[in-house]
Amino acid sequence: MKYTEEHEWLLEEDGLIVVGITAYAAEQMGDVVFVELPEEGTEITKDDEVVVIESVKAASDILAPLDGEIVEVNSTLADNPALVNDDPTGDAWFFKMKPSDLSPMDDYMDDAAYKEFIGD
Amino acid sequence: MTDLLRTPLHALHLELGGKMVGFAGYDMPVQFRAGIMAEHTHTREKAGLFDVSHMGQVVISGGDWDALATAFETLVPMDVLGLKEGRQRYGLFTDKNGGITDDLMFANRGDHLFVVVNAACKDQDIAHMKSALEPALDVAPVTDRALLALQGPAAETVLSELAPEAAGMKFMDVATLMLDGAECWVSRSGYTGEDGYEISVPSEHAESLARRLLDHDDVLPIGLGARDSLRLEAGLCLYGHDIDTTTLPAEASLTWAIQKARRQGGAREGGFPGAEAVLSQMQDGPARKRVGLRPEGRAPMREGVELFAEDAGGEPVGKITSGGFGPTVGGPVAMGYVPADKAEPGTVLYGELRGKRLPVTVSAMPFVAANFKR
Repeated sequence: MKYTEEHEWLLEEDGLIVVGITAYAAEQMGDVVFVELPEEGTEITKDDEVVVIESVKAASDILAPLDGEIVEVNSTLADNPALVNDDPTGDAWFFKMKPSDLSPMDDYMDDAAYKEFIGD
Repeated sequence: MTDLLRTPLHALHLELGGKMVGFAGYDMPVQFRAGIMAEHTHTREKAGLFDVSHMGQVVISGGDWDALATAFETLVPMDVLGLKEGRQRYGLFTDKNGGITDDLMFANRGDHLFVVVNAACKDQDIAHMKSALEPALDVAPVTDRALLALQGPAAETVLSELAPEAAGMKFMDVATLMLDGAECWVSRSGYTGEDGYEISVPSEHAESLARRLLDHDDVLPIGLGARDSLRLEAGLCLYGHDIDTTTLPAEASLTWAIQKARRQGGAREGGFPGAEAVLSQMQDGPARKRVGLRPEGRAPMREGVELFAEDAGGEPVGKITSGGFGPTVGGPVAMGYVPADKAEPGTVLYGELRGKRLPVTVSAMPFVAANFKR
C-alpha cells in the first residue's frame, strides 16, 4: 500500500490501482454524509479532483493520484456514505483506475513514511 | 495571533476528549468523542450539555422595571415594558439604518434586566449599551459566571433531580435555582429547538455542576458542531451569517419578534435605532426574505452557494447563508435569502454546486418540529 500527502491510500491489484482515504483522514473529516463519484470510463489526469466528500464539517476532494482511466466506482458509498468512517481502508474504497503512467507511485509514501507523516 | 480565551470548563473539555477550535476568540470544543452526528442525535433523543460560556452575560440595573424597560426599548424594537417578571424574550439590536447588529435574549429578573448576547459581538454590544444607558442605569458585564445549556427531551428530568422547581418552569421562564449548592440563573430556553435550560452558574461552580449533569446516563457533552446543526434544523439564525447589519428584521423573517406595541400604530411605536426603516419595511413588505431551503439529493449546500431561478443561465437571485447536513432530517438543509416573490414554500430554485445547478425547494421552518414546554 502507498500513501499520498492528501491522505489517500493506493493499492495495486491486478494491474489496477484501488484508491481510498486513510483512517486518519476519515477521523479528521468527521461523519461523512455525501460522496460524489466520477463516471466509470472517465479519463483522468494526476491532481484532477475526481471525488467530492462532504462531511458534517466541510467538503473535501480526492485528487487523481495518477494519469489513467476510472474503470470502476464504489457506488455503495452514494447510498451509505457513513461507510467511509466505518471502514475507510476496506469496504469504503472510492474507485479503481487503470493507470497510464505508474512512475509517480515511486514518489508516494510507504506505510512507515506515512505513519511518520501524520506524526503517529 | 492572539491567545485564545478559555472558559471555566476548558480543562473538562480536554479531559472529555474535546476537539478544540478557535471560536469568537475562545478555545472551544467543536466535538467530543461521540462525533457531531451522534451528539446531534443524542440531544434530540435524550439530553446534551453545551458550554456557552463564551457568550456575553450582562446585568442592567439601577432603576425599577419601568425605568429599565423604557431605557432598553430605545435600543431594541421589542416590547420590554410588557415583559413580566420571571420571563424572557428574544431581541435584536438595530443600527440607525435598521440593520441588525446582534440578536440576544433578555429577561425580567425583578430588580434587573439580564441580557445574553453573542460572543463575537459582546464587546461592541456592551459598549453600545453603556453609551446609551449609563450613567442613568448601570450596565455590568457578568465576568464571574459560566453559561451552560442543557438541551433535549430528558433535560427536565435531569435538572429536576438537582432542583425540583425546574420542572415547573415553562418555555421562556427564568428563575433563580440552587443547583449543586450554587445560585444559578436559569431560563427554560435554548438554541436547538428542543426543550431545555440555559444555566448561568458562578464560574467556580461550573465544572462541578457540569460533572453532576454529565454523571446522568442520559447526558452527553456536545460541541459547537452539533450546536450548529441543531440550530439550523430548528430554523434559528446564526448572527454574522443569516443576519447582520445588511439585513432588516422583516427581510430576515423576524417580524414575529417585534411585538404589536412597537409596530406602526402601536402604543409605543418606533423609538429604537433605525425605526423608520424597520417599520416601513414591515409595512411595505421586503424585496427579499430569509427562507428555509431543502436541497434535493444528499449533497449539502453550505453558506455562499448562489441560488438561481432557472436550471441554466441568468443571474443569481439569492444566496444560502447557512447550510449543511441535518442529521435528524436525514438530508441537507439550508437557509438563505430569496426574492419575496420566490419565498413561498414549494417554490423550486437551483443552487449552484461545483458548477452544477441542483434543485432546492423553499420550505417552511423549522425543519424539525420544536419540542418546547409551553
